[in-house]
Amino acid sequence: MDTRKKRKLFDRKIVVQAVLDSFIKLDPKLLLKNPVIFLVAVGAMLTSALFVINMVNGNFSSFNFQIIIWLWFTVLFANFAEAIAEGRGKAQSENLRKQRTQTIARKMINNKEEKVSAVELRVDDLVICEVGDFIPADGEVVEGIASVDESAITGESAPVIRESGGDRNAVTGGTKVISDKIIIRITANPGDTYLDRMIALVESAKRKKTPNEIALSILLSGLSIIFLLVVVTFRIFFEYNQTGNFSHNENVSIPILVSLLVCLIPTTIGGLLSAIGISGMDRLLSHNVIAMSGRAVEAAGDIDVLLLDKTGTITLGNRMATEFIPAPGFSEKYLADAAQLASLADETPEGRSIVILAKEKFDIRARNIHELNAHFVPFSAQTQMSGVNILSSTGSRERIIRKGSIDAIKKYLSSENLENVNTITDLNFSRMIGVDVALAGGTPLLVVENKNVLGVVQLKDVVKGGINERFAQLRKMGIKTIMITGDNPLTATAIAAEAGVDSFIAQAKPEDKLKTIRDEQSLGRMVGMIGDGTNDAPALAQADVGIAMNSGTQAAREAGNMIDLDSNPTKLIEVVEIGKQLLMTRGSLTTFSIANDVAKYFAIIPAIATTLYATKYSNGPLSVLNVMNLSTPQSAILSAVIFNAIIIILLIPLALKGVKYRPEGAAEILKRNIIIYGLGGLIVPFIGIKIIDVILTSIGLV
Amino acid sequence: MIPFNEIIQAVIFIIGLIIAAPLFGGYIAKLLSGKKNILSPVFGRVESLIYKSAGINPSEEMDWKRYTFSILIFSLFGIIILTVIQLIQSTLPLNPQRLSNVEFSLAINTAVSFVTNTNWQSYAGESTLSYFVQMIGLTVQNFVSAATGIAVLLALTRGLVTRQGNSLGNFWVDLVRSTLYLLIPLSAMFAIVLVSQGVVQSFSSYKEITTLEGYKQIIPLGPAASQIAIKQLGTNGGGFFSTNSAFPFENPTPLSNFLQMFSILLIPASLVFTYGKLIGSKKQAWIIFFVMMFVFVFGLLVSTYSEYSNNNIFQISGLMEGKETRFGILNSVLWSTATTAASNGSVNAMHSSLSPLSGLVAMFNIQLGEIIFGGVGSGLYGMLLFILITVFISGLMIGRTPEYLGKKIDAFEIKWAIVAILLPNTAILLFSALALKTNAGLSSLANNGPHGFSEILYAFSSAAGNNGSAFAGLNTNTVFYNLMTALGMLIGRFGVIIPCMAIAGNLVKKNITPTSKGTLQTDNFLFALLLLGVIFIVGALTFFPALSLGPLLEHLLMNNGITF
Repeated sequence: MDTRKKRKLFDRKIVVQAVLDSFIKLDPKLLLKNPVIFLVAVGAMLTSALFVINMVNGNFSSFNFQIIIWLWFTVLFANFAEAIAEGRGKAQSENLRKQRTQTIARKMINNKEEKVSAVELRVDDLVICEVGDFIPADGEVVEGIASVDESAITGESAPVIRESGGDRNAVTGGTKVISDKIIIRITANPGDTYLDRMIALVESAKRKKTPNEIALSILLSGLSIIFLLVVVTFRIFFEYNQTGNFSHNENVSIPILVSLLVCLIPTTIGGLLSAIGISGMDRLLSHNVIAMSGRAVEAAGDIDVLLLDKTGTITLGNRMATEFIPAPGFSEKYLADAAQLASLADETPEGRSIVILAKEKFDIRARNIHELNAHFVPFSAQTQMSGVNILSSTGSRERIIRKGSIDAIKKYLSSENLENVNTITDLNFSRMIGVDVALAGGTPLLVVENKNVLGVVQLKDVVKGGINERFAQLRKMGIKTIMITGDNPLTATAIAAEAGVDSFIAQAKPEDKLKTIRDEQSLGRMVGMIGDGTNDAPALAQADVGIAMNSGTQAAREAGNMIDLDSNPTKLIEVVEIGKQLLMTRGSLTTFSIANDVAKYFAIIPAIATTLYATKYSNGPLSVLNVMNLSTPQSAILSAVIFNAIIIILLIPLALKGVKYRPEGAAEILKRNIIIYGLGGLIVPFIGIKIIDVILTSIGLV
Repeated sequence: MIPFNEIIQAVIFIIGLIIAAPLFGGYIAKLLSGKKNILSPVFGRVESLIYKSAGINPSEEMDWKRYTFSILIFSLFGIIILTVIQLIQSTLPLNPQRLSNVEFSLAINTAVSFVTNTNWQSYAGESTLSYFVQMIGLTVQNFVSAATGIAVLLALTRGLVTRQGNSLGNFWVDLVRSTLYLLIPLSAMFAIVLVSQGVVQSFSSYKEITTLEGYKQIIPLGPAASQIAIKQLGTNGGGFFSTNSAFPFENPTPLSNFLQMFSILLIPASLVFTYGKLIGSKKQAWIIFFVMMFVFVFGLLVSTYSEYSNNNIFQISGLMEGKETRFGILNSVLWSTATTAASNGSVNAMHSSLSPLSGLVAMFNIQLGEIIFGGVGSGLYGMLLFILITVFISGLMIGRTPEYLGKKIDAFEIKWAIVAILLPNTAILLFSALALKTNAGLSSLANNGPHGFSEILYAFSSAAGNNGSAFAGLNTNTVFYNLMTALGMLIGRFGVIIPCMAIAGNLVKKNITPTSKGTLQTDNFLFALLLLGVIFIVGALTFFPALSLGPLLEHLLMNNGITF
């Protein structure tokens, strides 16, 4: 994963391929997908044709020739931007694809095994995979259990367990089985697998435009139409101005008009638009997230509310013992010792954590069970309790220790008729502590020995490191976080406070997730959610952005519109950032592109009009608009055209990397981007055109 | 030097507007809401009588298609009626001058002109149209075309504030209420004030008198005050007399001059605050108002500077040629700026005689899309289109699907906003080019060179901007110009109304996203700045080349001692 993140912006192989592709993309059918660049191509064609006709007639204009070259460069540069973004995206997915087409699947036909190519597999086919086999396509395990190496997709080297039934039955094509044998039911037709969808998102030919991209394309096309009109009518207006006493026969030539048009229409953003979209998907991919559509990525940038499961997302998977709180009359060490004894037969993570805590705090080691002559009562889901009966050397019971939730212990005491005045008071005390413990976000476990309550073991959810900062970031972005937990409200409050979420839903049932999402949506909010279980599927489907864990069930993966291959729930933050970055890059470059036009006007209009009402001694009056003091009209026009083409190339890295995103409020982001891309867009071309003019003049090209 | 007296007038004008607009705007919101107001005892019954007699069900809710259809039918009906009564005016009553029937292309032009709230006048009022046509035809359209503008604004506003609905209100109700509660009472009051200043209001025929020099002179009369009141208040601008408010019977005193100028901007400016009230945000209204005021004052300053700067040819500053000699230069440019900022089009000076740069300001005001206060209703709905574009670009820049007032702006809105901005601009540029390429277009010109070009560019800007003022110097009463400007006016009016309604129809269905820290604010100065940027850049990029070959070139040539 790291190697992928650090890959170079311009890989040599990709660049070479992209240069070739730039020419292939001159196919009018492909160009038509990008109206702005298509218009440039038409202009280039027109001027080229005129140039050839003139040359046949014996008129060669070096100026026109240079214009034509740069017009074609403008088209090629735009093609190159798209091609390189595509190349980078493809390179990422190519390896996976190669593996899949070469994979031979062991298909089960009437209980007989048959070797077929992976691409021939269809939904509901059954295939067998054993040690060393590549899993031929996406599917779910229907029989057996195996460890699978998913590093090809996730970059995570530790193998994962995949087994039939339950929440870990989904497997991805291209991963490798490294132990045991499983039977897989195929769930995707070729071309339908996640891999294929992923590839489609980074290939321009198959890529569907996202809603915002469509809206932006319309805006850019509208502007292009306006400028086409401006340029066409300009010639007529200009012509009229030469009538009467001041007539002369010079008119605006077609190459100059085309230059004016190409400079005015938003070629910068037009040329980079699809590169921005493709590289957005590509960035997502480098975070190991597969999106089902570009729309989902864009929507991620719009999320107002984020729904998060507590377990595994905000806290580490399991609760851990963190403290022993003894009842009056007992020492902490005695409580720890008893709690450890009672937990030896508790194989749950919680039970183990008690043993570990006692060992860490008081160096009490697990004792030899036989020496103790003990009888263990193992933890069961029904009793919610575990314990130990230690027999004295005489054989009569000496210590009867139990550990469990308050309710479980209470039940146990009453059923065993062990209640006495003391225990009842102690119980009240423990309840009080229990409340404190719950308030602090923990769960209290009672430890009793015979009739005495020894104290309370505090179990606590351990909030993941750094999660607080992440939520603070989200808040800065204006995103509200809601934690969903099955815990009681007291515990939930404490964890919510510790983790820094904005709100929580305690004692939540699976259907509560769906309801919360619907409620927020009806208030007009965009909701994002992360889930993995089958019961998350409806909520994932309902959410505007549903990210399914790759480790999750097939149902969950199908319901979501993104899959996180790393199964890392905080990944959503990156996804949101990528979504926002995508839009920001488009918006900023649009602003830049349009702001550029001001300088281009000041270069081209005075250049064209320099002869208008010119006298023997001075240029036409509109020459005052030549604020850049460009040397000659030809140089002015050529400089503008060259600047217009080169800026596309110069901005490719920005389009590929995206505008820098910082988690901030809207106002700050807007201010910064306006200054950089708006103001910058006004100023930069004045400088750029002037520099090109100086260079052109000094090397004598014009 | 600028006379101090004139500066004071301009300052009072601007401050008066800043004070009056918020107060009156809030009141308009109340008047149009259908709730009980000061006028309901009088007009309430009239209102229900109108509904009953016209078979309108006032509680019927219309979706955007039905609402738009009603507007179109109503406008078409208006055009037909108005054309027909001009064609047969000699057989109709109230024609003391026995004026003959109007020629067809002129009749069409005039009908379209008044129905579209343009009030472009190819005709000369006193020598072409009878009192009947002026009153029953033109004045009625002065009222209802303005009311139609308000109705579209109301529909668009409902589209923005309604959560997941369908209905944009009822066109007929909006039309009747705007006319009855706002335009009629205000015009009646204003007409009386104008009569007190000496504006004529009479049915008698023109008077022939002998002047002191012993010559005979015909003094035109007519029911002018009633029409002039609504001509200003409804941003119509069509004068009763040919020379519009430069004619003493139409604009007799400095007070009448001031009040007429003020009433040009009163309703468009107030409607900004009406809008603010309806969307429940005064701040939004102030920001829009600020943007409009900024452009207005900027234009005024440029015009004033240009008029008072030294003229290279005559070596003096403050040329009076073509200005309103009674009221002074500043009052002339204040009027010319106000009338072009609002799509009013009435004049008290000759725009052709303005200095080239003031002429440029006037023209650019129109070409920005008549959104600097703009026409009644139409100014603000036009501005809202620019707001949508601004919201879209800046929304992308903060990394969120753009939203305005909680409504997401997607491809549909952008498409129609672009169409609405594109269509009038297309008409201006293409029709001007067409006029310059045809004999029919060129033969009407009185001047050549950049000034001649400005005359034509101004004419089509005025038509497509639904402004109605003329640069003069161009004989537009020809079949070519009558039909082309009529087409321009239709495009400028309905090419914006239909997209606006489509947008309203799409917005009304959407849910409203609550604001958060990640939401783009549209009620602060940063947004105002962006909006200004978008308005200027779209306007400037579209018209800079044309303007540089017209007024700008003329200005530069004038400095070199060349005129046309």
